[in-house]
This record gives sequence, C-alpha cells and structure tokens, in this order.
Amino acid sequence: MEAVKNAVRMEGITKHFGSVIANRSINLELHEGEILSLLGENGSGKTTLMNMLSGIYYPDEGQIYIHDQPVTIKSPKDAFEYGIGMIHQHFKLVDVFTATENIILGLHEPGMLNLKRAAKKIKEISERYGFEIDPNQKVYNMSVSQKQTVEIIKVLYRGADILILDEPTAVLTPQETDKLFAVMRNMQKDGKSLIIITHKLHEVLEVSDRVAILRKGEYIGDVLTANANQQSLTDMMVGRAVSLNIDRPKSQQTAERLKVEHLTVKDVEGVKRLDDVSFTANSGEILGIAGIAGSGQRELLEAIAGLQPIEPESRIMYFDPKTGKEQLLNGMDPLKIIRSGVLLSFVPEDRFGMGLVGSMTIAQNVMLRSYRKGRSPLLDQQSPRILAEKIVNDLEVVTPNVDKIPLRRLSGGNVQKVLVGREIEQSPSVLMTAYAVRGLDINTSYTIYNLLTEQKMQGVAVIYVGEDLDVLLELCDRILVLCGGQVSGIVDARSVTKEQVGLMMTQFRKTGEPQKTANETKEAEHEEQ
Amino acid sequence: MTESGTFFTVLIGFLASFIPRAIMQAMPLLYGSTGEILTEKSGNLNLGIPGIMFVGAIAGVSGAFLYEHSGSAAQMNGFLAVLIPLLCCLVGSFLMGLLYCFLTVTLRANQNVTGLSMTIFGTGIAQFLGGSLIKITHAQSAGVASITITETVKYFSNGNVPGWLAYTGIVIAILVALFLRYTRAGMQLRAVGENPATADAAGINVTRYKYLATIIGSMIAGLGGLCFVMECAHGTWSEPRIDQIGWLAIALVIFTAWRPGVSIFASIMFGALLILSDHLNPPIGIKELYTLIPYVVTLLVLIIVSLRKKREDQPPQSLGLAYFREER
Repeated sequence: MEAVKNAVRMEGITKHFGSVIANRSINLELHEGEILSLLGENGSGKTTLMNMLSGIYYPDEGQIYIHDQPVTIKSPKDAFEYGIGMIHQHFKLVDVFTATENIILGLHEPGMLNLKRAAKKIKEISERYGFEIDPNQKVYNMSVSQKQTVEIIKVLYRGADILILDEPTAVLTPQETDKLFAVMRNMQKDGKSLIIITHKLHEVLEVSDRVAILRKGEYIGDVLTANANQQSLTDMMVGRAVSLNIDRPKSQQTAERLKVEHLTVKDVEGVKRLDDVSFTANSGEILGIAGIAGSGQRELLEAIAGLQPIEPESRIMYFDPKTGKEQLLNGMDPLKIIRSGVLLSFVPEDRFGMGLVGSMTIAQNVMLRSYRKGRSPLLDQQSPRILAEKIVNDLEVVTPNVDKIPLRRLSGGNVQKVLVGREIEQSPSVLMTAYAVRGLDINTSYTIYNLLTEQKMQGVAVIYVGEDLDVLLELCDRILVLCGGQVSGIVDARSVTKEQVGLMMTQFRKTGEPQKTANETKEAEHEEQ
Repeated sequence: MTESGTFFTVLIGFLASFIPRAIMQAMPLLYGSTGEILTEKSGNLNLGIPGIMFVGAIAGVSGAFLYEHSGSAAQMNGFLAVLIPLLCCLVGSFLMGLLYCFLTVTLRANQNVTGLSMTIFGTGIAQFLGGSLIKITHAQSAGVASITITETVKYFSNGNVPGWLAYTGIVIAILVALFLRYTRAGMQLRAVGENPATADAAGINVTRYKYLATIIGSMIAGLGGLCFVMECAHGTWSEPRIDQIGWLAIALVIFTAWRPGVSIFASIMFGALLILSDHLNPPIGIKELYTLIPYVVTLLVLIIVSLRKKREDQPPQSLGLAYFREER
C-alpha cells in the first residue's frame, strides 16, 4: 500500500467560547484526493472546527499542518493562500451582482478590472468540473443550487485545492444533490481534497471515502465508508443505540378538517406565489408539504393563518370538530380566526421573527397566546408561568428558569421545543408547522416527530412543511408536492418513492402529468376504501 | 422682420440667459447628490448633507473673508485666493464626514438620528459664524445684513455664466460614475453597501471603505456649499438657504437611482425649476406658488420612482444599517 499523504492534519485543536468548550484536543486528518465526511450532532463542534481551518476562528491550542507544513491561519485570506476554501451554509453573495462580479470580489488581480477575462476563466472552470453556470446572470435571478455553484466556483477560482462544504445538500433537491456529488467526484479526480459536513447519513455513505465523527466537541474516531452503515454511524454519533424509525400508526378517526380550494396568492409585485392550490387536510393525519425552497410553502401556511391576502376565487373552509359546522376563513385576520373559535396553531418558519420574542422569557412568550383571556385589566402572570413549567417538563427543555432568562439565550432546539409546546398546548384541531426541525439535531428532531405523531393520533390535522424528503416519506400519511406555487401532485407517503417526489418538485408547469399523478392517488385511495 | 422671427429672437435671448443660470443653480445640487451617492454606496445614509454643505460654505467664506481682510486687495495672490477658501471648505466638510463616520461606523449609532443632528448642528454653526462675520463688519447690501467677499469671488465666478467650480462639479460626477462602474475599488465599495458581511468574508476592509467613501462624499458635498455661495449668491452671505439645496440633493439621489451620470442632467432640470419663478415674472401674489414648483416636482418624482420594480434601481441593500462582524 502506498503511503497516504495528508492534505490537512489538525493536531490537538482546542477552542473555547467563554466557559464552553467547542472543540477539545481534536486530531483530524484529510488525505490528499479523498472525500471526508464530518459527522456529528448539532453543537458537536463540526462547524467550529472547520471555521478554524478556514480562518474565521483561531484555535486556542493545537497546530494545523497543510501538506505536512505547519501553518498559522489567522484570517480567511490566509486560508486562501494555503489553498483552503470553505463553502458556508449561508451563502455570502451580493444579490445585484452577476456571478462573475461575485466570484472576483475581493481579489487583487493585476491590471484593470476585466470582467470578460474573468468570465472566460469561470467558463473554463465550469467545463472542467461539469458545472452549469451563466457568468452574467444576476444572483437574485438564481436558484439556491445555482447560488451554491457560484460559491464553489468562487473558491476554485482562487485556486483552492482543499474544499470544505458545510451542509451543502440541506437546500437541494435529490436531483441537484446528485449533480453536486458528480461535481465533487470530478474535483476529487482532479486531485482536490474535500471535506463535507452533513446530517444525512445516506449521503455520507454515498459520496465519501472516509467518515470522521465528532461528539460534544470531541473526536470519536473515523471509519472507512465501505465498512459503515447508517446504524453504526448513528450509534457512534450519538454514543448509544438510537432507533431510526419513525413510528407511523394509522389513525382510525379521520374526517375533513380543512378544505382549501383554488387558493391563489399574489405578492406585492403581482406575481402569483400560489396558483390554484386545492387540497384537504384530515384529522388524524399528517399532511406533508414538499417542494424546493420558495415554491410557495410559506405563502400557503400564511394564507391559511390569515397573514396573506388571497385572491377572490380562493376558498378556505374549516370544519369544526365538535359541531361539524363549516366556516369560511377567507379574509379573516389571525385575531378574527381566534375569536370565531377556530382552533388553528401555527409554528412558523421564522422562529424569532414570527413565532417568539427573543428578549422575553419563556413564560412571557407563552403569555403571548393567552393575554386576552380573563376579565381583569391586569395581566394574569401566574397561569402562563405554570403552563411554561409544564412545557419545560414535558418536552425536556433545558433552561435554568422559565421567568428570568430571555429566550434568545437558549439553544435552537430548546427554543423550537418551547414554540411547538406552546402551540400544542392550545389543543388545536389544525396544527401547521414549517420546517419544524430545521437546525435541530437528530435527538431533538425525533422528539418533535413523536410529538406531531402524538397530536395526529389525538385527532389533530397536522400540516408538516419539511425539506428532508426521507423524513417526509417516513412521517407523513400523504404528501402534497408544490412546484412554483402549483400543486404538482398529492401522493400517498406510504407507497411513493423519493425519486418520484423529487421529480415532482422540479416539474415546472407540466400540468398534464402531475394532474394524472394526483388522480392516480385518488384512485388508489378509493381502492383502499 | 416677421412676427415669428421676433418671437424666435426673444426666445433665444431668454434661453441664452436662462440656461447658464440654470446650470449655475444646478451645480450645488450636483455636488450634493454626487457626494451622497458615493456615501450611500458604502451603506451609509448620510442625512447630514444639508449641514455638511452649510459647513463647507461657511468654512470657505470665513477663509476668504480672513484672507481678504489680512491685507489690501492689491496684495492678494490669485492662487492663494482660490486655494484658501477651497482648503477651508474641504477641511470643514472633512471634519463633518469624519464625525459622522466615527458616530455611525465606529460607535454604530443610528444613522438617521446622527444625520439629522448633523444637519441641525451644521446649519446652526454656519449661521452663527456667518452672523458673527456680519456683526464684525456691520455690512449691509440692499438693506439686508450681509457680507460679500468681493475680491475672492472674482477668482471663482464669471458673473452670469458658470465658472470653473461648475465644470469641476460635472467632471467629479463623471469620475465618480466611472469609478463605481468600472474599477475594482468601485465594485468592492458597492459590495460593502449591498452586503457588508459578504464583502468582509471576501477580505474587503468594510470599515475603511465606509470611512473613505463617506468622508470623500462629504467633501464633495461641502464643495457644493462653496459653489452655492460663489456661483449662485455671487459671494454674498446673508441667510442662504443651503439646507433646501441639501435636501433636494438627497432627493436627487433617489430620483437618479444612485447614478451620478444621470444626476448631471437631473440636477440641471431641478436648477431650472428653482429659478423658473424669477424668469417667468408671475403676477404678484402667486409668485410663492411658483417657488413651490421644484418641491412639488420632487414629491411627484419620488412617487413615480417608488413604483420602480427593477432590482438595479433599488437602494443599496444594507443602506442605513450598521455592520457588526460578530452578528452572524
């Protein structure tokens, strides 16, 4: 066996943030020409470790070697000089600039600014690795996947031969992910070394040569991908055996709870964000909503919650669980919806923007839902506090107290538990969640999945907007696929495959075929009955 | 001579006196808007422009006044007579720009509040200094308390046609337009104003770009104040309404969608509107309505341009926001 050369070797790396240890004496090696997966739960220190390699943080202790030379990386500029490039989870691009302008931003090439020359070099890079890119396209016209391409080319343009990708697939469709992996393999063939951070185990198994695992800031070990499987990786990551299956019981009592017909929503510029969307949400059922980011998911939930103006032909019908009475929600604002006795709960995508107030305590955030109750002109502080304590106990929220510490100081997972807990405590009959597990680790995610399933079994109609297709397929009963604001199909989550859903997500305005898919599903349902 | 021929001659005569005056009136506007465009491209919304123009004007006037009174007119050196007011003006507006940057970039104070206070401060200090100079000399012209820097103005103004300060304004506007569009530094400045976090990650020194663009922008705007005194007021200082010019200049920035090249024509149009009432001889009693025209047009224009949808015509994305590196 030939000797392996190390592109990167990190030795005894330790990083503190205040009293918290983010990384504790970590030793990591990246071999030349390999794809290494860095795996770990949220808060296990993956991104911190990679940020030290790319010059955003500076390690407290330890030494980094690049191609076996000891180096000091103090800024992103230093990192570039050593050929290290990192593609961050949140893209750093200027919207009104073209791809070319973004790629050469901050570079000090000799001579005058020459966009044509730069565009030519970008074309060469894209042909070499199989990217598809128009150098003159403005970033605000680009899809998420195209923006990611710009980020990767930006790094390659600077001559990086060590690439770090931080959760690159979180926002991509399965097809786009395949393309990205193909590009990654081309880069590997070209002699580049890559590190990919991801939560998705099947992707780890598919793309990488070796997996390195972090847990709570410590390096657990590495395995060759060929010798690993999903279960063994999870066990290493969490430190104990974890069940990866989501329990999906079938509820017996299903009834129509929410019926949406011809829902059309236009944005301020008059562009249709939702176009003639019709579906039913049943009690005792989780209806998943899949689609590429920005396909109308947010508008759909907000239209139902009364936060988006809807076009006149739209109809949103609510069926009261007790009386069975129909109620039209068109044109009602959230306050009217509450006053008319409709039990609607909404866990929005933007936790701190719409769901919670970061500078208020847990109890005060719970109070936001109840301050109108009671006749006294003074606020009832006591019952929200009791409810807050109940949520903290039931959902195992880690917090020193419920009425002193501002919510912003809790970790993302705990914040999400408070939000979901508060909405569930309203005993809703329709529960809508948008990206409820975004940014949460595997354990917390499963807590949330179980909560939603529990609600479903209690006869709640749950609407779950998600981005991880594997989860959607395991958690939901039916999946509505949105594509460019239109329904490209409603499918049975128990029988559909991931590839089919992925295809429906990208089939833009091919009305014929998706329609058929929807009909097929209906037929299938009839047959079952 | 036919009747239409007479009309033609009158029209040409009118335009021959009107257009140069409109251009003279336009140049302070052009300086102000060019300076503000450069500033806003760095993400700083400097509402202190009217105050800065005031300070630039009074600094220049004070410099000229002191030089004129330091010896007899015969001893005056043409070079110094230009250089002293110019330098005083640039130093005054430099200090104002520096103060604005220190407050908003280094201390991260609210840009709107800072800008408005600087306008109040600049207006106040200019009127205080101007009033003091008037008190010292007890000077009057046409019954209004005022001072005139008679000797200095000869080196600046050409009487009723635009002087060199006006042409310099056009040259500066063109240079700024070329800088923003075609140079590497211009592109990086635009990136700072759009998305400072991105610029920072690309290795651009955000603080330095913000300071430089804002201070240079202030100095350009300050020249506008000096230009107003020398060109429009012919070297006379009584109670100039430079703040009006400053606000119009800020409106012009929006009107031209942050394009200094377009601003050359737009400011001439506004300059024409500003002096329209003097030239049309409106009946007594509604003259005031005519002086309203530029402001009414500004309102209309702002309404129309607010309907623009194109992304390129929108303000820099991070305009008015302070940048913290730690806040990721």
